[in-house]
Amino acid sequence: MTSENPPPQPGRTSYADRRKQRLDALAATSVDDEGGVSLILSAWRRLRRNPVFLVGLAITVTFVVLAIIAPWLAPYDPAARPLLDDIRPQSNPVPGPEPGHPLGGDDKGRDLLSRLLVGSQQTLMVGVLATLFGLLGGVTLGTIAGAFAGWTDSLVMRIVDVMLSIPSLLLAFTIAALASSPSQWTLIIAIATVQVPIFARLLRGSMLGQRASDHVLAARSLGVKPHAIVFRHMLPNALGPVIVQATLVLAVAIIDAAALSFLGLGNPDDRRPEWGQMLGAAQPYLGQEPHLAFYPAACIIVVALGFTLMGESLREALDPKTRR
Amino acid sequence: MLRFVVRRLLQMAGVLLVLSLLVFVWLRSLPGGPVSALLGERQTEERREALQAALGLDQPLPIQYVRFMQRAFEGDFGVSTQVLPGEDALDIFLARLPATIELSFFALVIAIALGIPLGYVAARRKGTPMDTSLVISSLVGVAVPVFFTAFLLKYFFAVEWNLLPVSGRQSIGLDATRVTGLFVLDGILTREWDAAWDALKHLVLPSLALATIPFAVVFRITRASVLDVLDEDYVRTAEAKGLTARVIRARHVLRNAMLPVVTTIGLQVGALLSGAVLTETVFSWRGVGQALAEGFLQKDYPVLQVLIMAAAAIYVLVNLLVDITYALIDPRIRTR
Repeated sequence: MTSENPPPQPGRTSYADRRKQRLDALAATSVDDEGGVSLILSAWRRLRRNPVFLVGLAITVTFVVLAIIAPWLAPYDPAARPLLDDIRPQSNPVPGPEPGHPLGGDDKGRDLLSRLLVGSQQTLMVGVLATLFGLLGGVTLGTIAGAFAGWTDSLVMRIVDVMLSIPSLLLAFTIAALASSPSQWTLIIAIATVQVPIFARLLRGSMLGQRASDHVLAARSLGVKPHAIVFRHMLPNALGPVIVQATLVLAVAIIDAAALSFLGLGNPDDRRPEWGQMLGAAQPYLGQEPHLAFYPAACIIVVALGFTLMGESLREALDPKTRR
Repeated sequence: MLRFVVRRLLQMAGVLLVLSLLVFVWLRSLPGGPVSALLGERQTEERREALQAALGLDQPLPIQYVRFMQRAFEGDFGVSTQVLPGEDALDIFLARLPATIELSFFALVIAIALGIPLGYVAARRKGTPMDTSLVISSLVGVAVPVFFTAFLLKYFFAVEWNLLPVSGRQSIGLDATRVTGLFVLDGILTREWDAAWDALKHLVLPSLALATIPFAVVFRITRASVLDVLDEDYVRTAEAKGLTARVIRARHVLRNAMLPVVTTIGLQVGALLSGAVLTETVFSWRGVGQALAEGFLQKDYPVLQVLIMAAAAIYVLVNLLVDITYALIDPRIRTR
């Protein structure tokens, strides 16, 4: 096994140790090469036969496709209120299923099925964008730390450690709450911010692993310019674990977005539906009309599970410990 | 050992200092800042400036920060603007703390009492249908949003089947004596058994909801850690020596496998704090989490400031204690 873990640094057994160890262990997988067969290829060979991965992949693909074709699939405009006339504030606040509306309507007389379908777009978009921004921020910080080492590294990692030492969902709540008016973007920014330190630490770990590897030494002795070493030789090889983590983080992002929406920190405009927001809006009707909450919750759970199953099996496939 | 503790304490002070700076900068980078939060949007320019001067907000930022820290050390974080207008922010936190401690404690007990034994069993029977189903249910447990678990429990056990109370910490008509603010403990201390039983019944659903994520994490770490230890030479040696399964389990496997689990449990305090915000909201549990949720919605900055700093301090402190415990159990940590 040629895995080269970054050595344990003295005095850095900090709070979020386990969390960090997990990230570092994942980071270490990037420098393991298996006699000629590329890492991705050998991982794929194992994944192809892994039912857990295939189930995760199937769920993810299904929902992504649904989200893309949702506008054509949805029988009604999610903002239109075709069932408004059926609402009786006292006896029937939420219209039940009827011909043309298989799931019935919501408390404002809008078609529930259409809202669920179109809602997948917003939910997936929030998750993907938040993860993307978190990834960008983390990769930038991690590259800086891993490329320069020395005091730049110490400074960046200290900031990252402080951020890791705050419970992440609590931090996301705080950031979202501090925005003057809640919107979809404050939601995305809040979730992205708490992901930055995760990606930064991960990438730095795997960059340090690359730094010590033979191909970087070879490039350096051939006189390749430092920035070319960083961007062409170290970064591409160090990104593997980051991609794995991104899959897992996507699931967390979707769940966290739902939690933020539930607390009223999400997008207040409910004309464009989002699952977390629908779930929050269903709360007053929990006693009488629980299905209003169950449908969006089930969607969130299944999508999050899809990404988690995929991410976990990817991580296992790349982990040198379980590989042989 | 002393050096280790001192070093960790200094690190913790550093983290809290940076955190206070972050909270300070955040609150002042808001559009309008605390003045708008206090006065609302529609106010005359004069009143705005008067309050700005009264709060010392016309001073340069570094001076403001020093004053803010001075007052914070004196325990003065200002008064609530929205949640309980006029109430001291620190008092709100202190009044709400016991409720959250009680809830988190029970949740943690549930998570540990289920997570460790099940994790061990799953590791011993790796690959069996039982192991697979436990692993999958722990993955599902993480994928279900905490507040939805709370929803489900509340809907079935309280609304539909009417087995347990819907919300609150104790029945309203009950005249219970308060000692510590931990209602179950209060009931036991004062021998008001009906009060303790009533409080316990109110605790079941919220603490179950709050326990799901810590349970899933403790379970998975225990399983992984036991699997690692089972591979070790000393376990094989113990088996070869003919030690009974019970002795191997207690002395060799569990003792070594528990180290990462202890750290994980410390980290779960973070999940408990975030989860409490959601769970307490669903069950109208008057704790710190509910105050936070209200503060977030109503933008009560003095209250948020105290609660967030306190939550972070608790998290960091608990993890410091865990690290110290860890160093006591495992001498290898100290020398690092």
